[in-house]
Amino acid sequence: MMRADLQLIHDWVPHGARVLDLGCGDGTLLAALATDKAVTGYGLEIDPDGITACLARGVNVIEQNLDAGLANFEDDACDLVVMTQALQALRRPDRMLDEMLRVAGECIITFPNFAYWRHRVHLGLRGYMPVSKSLPHAWYDTPNIHLSTFNDFEHLCRDKGLIIVDRAVGVGGHEGHWTSRLWPNLFGEIAIFRVARGPGAAGRAARPRDAG
Amino acid sequence: MTELPRDSVGLVTPETAHFDDPLPLACGRTLPAYDLVYETYGTLNAEGTNAVLICHALSGHHHAAGYHDPDDRKPGWWNAHIGPGKSIDTERFFVVSVNNLGGCHGSTGPNTPNPETGELWGPDFPMMTVLDWVHSQARLADRLGIARFAAVVGGSLGGMQVLQWALTYPERIAHAAVIAATPKLSAQNIAFNEVARQAIRSDPDFHDGHYAEHGLLPRRGLKLARMVGHITYLSEDAMGSKFGRDLRREDFNFDYGVEFQVESYLRYQGDTFSTSFDANTYLLMTKALDYFDPAAAHGGDLAAALAPARCPFLVVSFSSDWRFPPERSKELADALIRAGKPVSYVNIDSPHGHDAFLLPEPRYQAVFAAFMARVARDQGLEDRP
Repeated sequence: MMRADLQLIHDWVPHGARVLDLGCGDGTLLAALATDKAVTGYGLEIDPDGITACLARGVNVIEQNLDAGLANFEDDACDLVVMTQALQALRRPDRMLDEMLRVAGECIITFPNFAYWRHRVHLGLRGYMPVSKSLPHAWYDTPNIHLSTFNDFEHLCRDKGLIIVDRAVGVGGHEGHWTSRLWPNLFGEIAIFRVARGPGAAGRAARPRDAG
Repeated sequence: MTELPRDSVGLVTPETAHFDDPLPLACGRTLPAYDLVYETYGTLNAEGTNAVLICHALSGHHHAAGYHDPDDRKPGWWNAHIGPGKSIDTERFFVVSVNNLGGCHGSTGPNTPNPETGELWGPDFPMMTVLDWVHSQARLADRLGIARFAAVVGGSLGGMQVLQWALTYPERIAHAAVIAATPKLSAQNIAFNEVARQAIRSDPDFHDGHYAEHGLLPRRGLKLARMVGHITYLSEDAMGSKFGRDLRREDFNFDYGVEFQVESYLRYQGDTFSTSFDANTYLLMTKALDYFDPAAAHGGDLAAALAPARCPFLVVSFSSDWRFPPERSKELADALIRAGKPVSYVNIDSPHGHDAFLLPEPRYQAVFAAFMARVARDQGLEDRP
């Protein structure tokens, strides 16, 4: 069974799309998309075990640190860039968002929602940094250096003039247990955003690509 | 009689294929007839879908795995990766390993007779290119009944042949593994090759390559060339940890004999090589390295040069390789991405420099094995022994 956020992304990706998966892990999503939707593309990963699993699955995987950017991918190289559970570990999540929407017109991003009610209980009532299924690390060894909330991310997208095509939340990874959209910032453990370039960025997509 | 390791292909015997069809070469000359010496491991299946071609590097040859004699001190040069249950699993794949033309281990080259004169080819042997080798390997594949290789695999200069295969015979290669290679040599790479060539050519025993007619071998030159080459195969750290500043005796002798262990090691490597390798072959192989640059015909645009390729690629580099550093492999991987080709790129953390591609290292083996497992699955070999 695929992780709940991956399952939702799987449903959102159009048939035959060229997909770039940032932090692709063991390649589960790209392998499923290749089989079910004739998707092609690449995954970027730095974890050796994840890379080996991708190779065994036949998923194209590039050993590359996301903090180094996506300079090796041309403008509009893909139809869709996916990044699951990696945003919060990046040095500059805002710049990565720009990069993702340079490489493709649309991106899907999932991250742990720091405003999830359980996290609020940890911090607000008990006075400790939250530790949960989606945030399993202690404060001193966590790779998650840029934690944010459902609302924070929506603000960032608005500030950048991006279009939020769709959004959803996941709770505890339970399949099919998607909450209503009424209070996503409170009840969503995992935030899922589908974001497209704003009207101001349209010219970039129309720019002719390099010959060859 | 020594017991051979279970995970080796065991005793192997080289075979020779003779070709009478003239082979036109990139240099403009034609090889009228030639022999290719090769070894095979495993069994070709009835459909011919399980063949893997191994391409060798500068000083390599056809003997990639197993032993020629039960008392051999060392197995073939890629024995760590070829054998039953190894990355290139000989219970699954039929492995073909060929000594390239111009080599000095049995295939037609400078130290074999020119049929037109009856004399050794010597320095008159035509200059070879990676493209020429790939054409000759394709003819050997025809002879063996292999229409399409499940994978073509090679390291260093061997990796360049793999890349050339994907461009020249895209319909005959199902997967490509390009290891510790580069899409072209840097000025520094060419410079090191030139030092090696000058070392050989300035040896008084070289006689413009006609040393055999004089009953001589340019051992000093070849030894020096190998010593220089060997430095570029190892990393500074690897040399440091292996030898440091260790002395052979307790104190300095204050002379020019061998004092440091690293001197002793290099001299030993050079001496061994200078008696087992042909100087004309060494010269020719370094030129083949220098000439390789598939992007040149496309105005330096590597992605454009890669357009004909159809197969999935695995590109592997090693962190401490400064001969063909990870950046060169990344350059190839990125060009494949720009060309929209299926590619995976892995940079293995290793202290062993360029030589790492020959050695067993857990992550390297895991990566290699995972890729070859995928090759087997793609070729429908999974259920077969």
